[in-house]
Amino acid sequence: MLLIPCPWCGARNEDEFLNGGEADKRRPANPVQAGSEEWYRYLYTPANTKGWLRERWWHVRGCRRWFKVDRNTHTHEIKQVEEADQWR
Amino acid sequence: MSYSIFSLVRNAIDYHQNWQKAWRNPDPKREYDVIIIGGGGHGLGAAWYLARDHGITNVAVLEKGWLGGGNTARNTMTIRDNYIRSASVPFHRESMKLWRGLSRDLNYNVMLHERGMITFLQSGSGVSHARRMADTMSVFDSEYIMLPLDELRRRVPFFSDTARMPIIGAVYHRKIAMARHDAVAWGYARAADKRGVDIIQNCEVTGILREGNRVTGVDTSRGVIKAKKIGMAVAGHGSVVAEMAGIRLPLETWPLQALVSTPVKPVLNEIFVVDGFHNYFMQSDKGELVVGGVTDPYPSYAQRGSPQVTEHVIEGLVDVFPVFKRMKFMRQWAGMLDITYDNSPIISGTSLEGFYIDVAGSGGFKTTPVAAKMHADLIANDRPHPLIEEFGLNRFQTGRLLVEGGVDANR
Ligand SMILES: Cc1cc2nc3c(=O)[nH]c(=O)nc-3n(C[C@H](O)[C@H](O)[C@H](O)COP(=O)(O)OP(=O)(O)OC[C@H]3O[C@@H](n4cnc5c(N)ncnc54)[C@H](O)[C@@H]3O)c2cc1C
Ligand SMILES: [Zn+2]
Repeated sequence: MLLIPCPWCGARNEDEFLNGGEADKRRPANPVQAGSEEWYRYLYTPANTKGWLRERWWHVRGCRRWFKVDRNTHTHEIKQVEEADQWR
Repeated sequence: MSYSIFSLVRNAIDYHQNWQKAWRNPDPKREYDVIIIGGGGHGLGAAWYLARDHGITNVAVLEKGWLGGGNTARNTMTIRDNYIRSASVPFHRESMKLWRGLSRDLNYNVMLHERGMITFLQSGSGVSHARRMADTMSVFDSEYIMLPLDELRRRVPFFSDTARMPIIGAVYHRKIAMARHDAVAWGYARAADKRGVDIIQNCEVTGILREGNRVTGVDTSRGVIKAKKIGMAVAGHGSVVAEMAGIRLPLETWPLQALVSTPVKPVLNEIFVVDGFHNYFMQSDKGELVVGGVTDPYPSYAQRGSPQVTEHVIEGLVDVFPVFKRMKFMRQWAGMLDITYDNSPIISGTSLEGFYIDVAGSGGFKTTPVAAKMHADLIANDRPHPLIEEFGLNRFQTGRLLVEGGVDANR
């Protein structure tokens, strides 16, 4: 069971959240011109890291805001990396 | 020594003091023709098929822990072939065929037995999906039949009338079987060892060595070992090992949990799936209830499993079978599934010459014999067998995905 640090609500039980996958993935800059190789890399080649990974989470059963955290996918340690103020 | 009634009697006479070890425990040689990474059913099987079908016996299986200690030891042993795609059904049926001959082929009892599976249907969409599946399976000549409620009641007298989502029908698939998971790993290990394969445990692969675009060997916790061909069968660690070869795979690693109760008298014959809860359960030969269900809600390598998922899975069990409300559970655990983006296995060569992968995908205990055999065939001949032509890595580039809908409610 994870306690996920929401920048607005503090640490809350994991079942209030939805995992949004790896953060900072870049969509092809020019979607029309991007070829199948570029789309393949964007859609189908996750880092799937064993260890520390920056992720997006959605506090869907809480404040309903998106934010990023660092989670260790092996040990389940978790760290807040964004401040609420950043978005005001 | 071959196992038989005679060996049993002979060994009984000397009070079982003289049984031989089932496999050797060799030190790694400096070089092999083929290295298989991962000593689960898939990896040990690949080594055995390489030796038996292709005469390639200078083979090592490298396992970071002990053989069969990965997902082979953690799964719930269901063997089924109800899939939707025209590439998937023949693949899984071939596996069923191989399963049926496996105990004899390996001279090792894998305790295969047909169980049958009953899926409780609780929604209109569940019923239409089951009909579609039944139609697909009938094309392949498989016995997959809709059970009306009264017939269901006759077969399973004690399911609940008051379930939160009332049961409106069921579907029955007779051919679904179970086998003893450990015996599969041990049987392949013993048979492979007998043909000269070195099974090297406590040997973690930490790097893939290459020259230009060809593999030349692996770096391990027990030193460098050379080989011109390498097969990867590391379920749950696919991304980690492929990354060593500079390759990113189209998959994510998700936890899947299961739990086991204290043993009770036999009550359930079949394997049951509760469609509305996406969980499944059966009674083991020892009398324990074995319960499994959906994957956890986020990718992880932690092998623990979230408690709200355990709760959900149990909820489905007691909602449909209130008689189990006072069951005591002894163990809960999680393993890792390398879930590909279309839910189908990958058995394929890669952009690195001599580096082959067998990704079991979600629910790959059932495919152990066929995937191992096809992986071996691919390594030996360097081209995919017709049975796995569509299971290549390039399908994610060409868009010919093998999206499988038949895999979420049961493994
Ligand atoms: C709870 C649960 C229930 C399941 N139920 C079913 C079911 O009912 N039916 C079904 O068909 N499937 C089921 N599955 C899926 C099934 O368990 C797997 O798909 C299957 O066991 C994979 O087999 P394998 O031999 O590839 O994997 P494993 O047995 O996991 O073998 C892989 C081996 O590779 C080793 N390894 C990893 N990294 C390295 C390295 N760097 N160097 C050396 N060795 C390494 C690991 O230690 C491991 O022993 C279930 C899975 C789980 C977790
Ligand atoms: Zn919040």
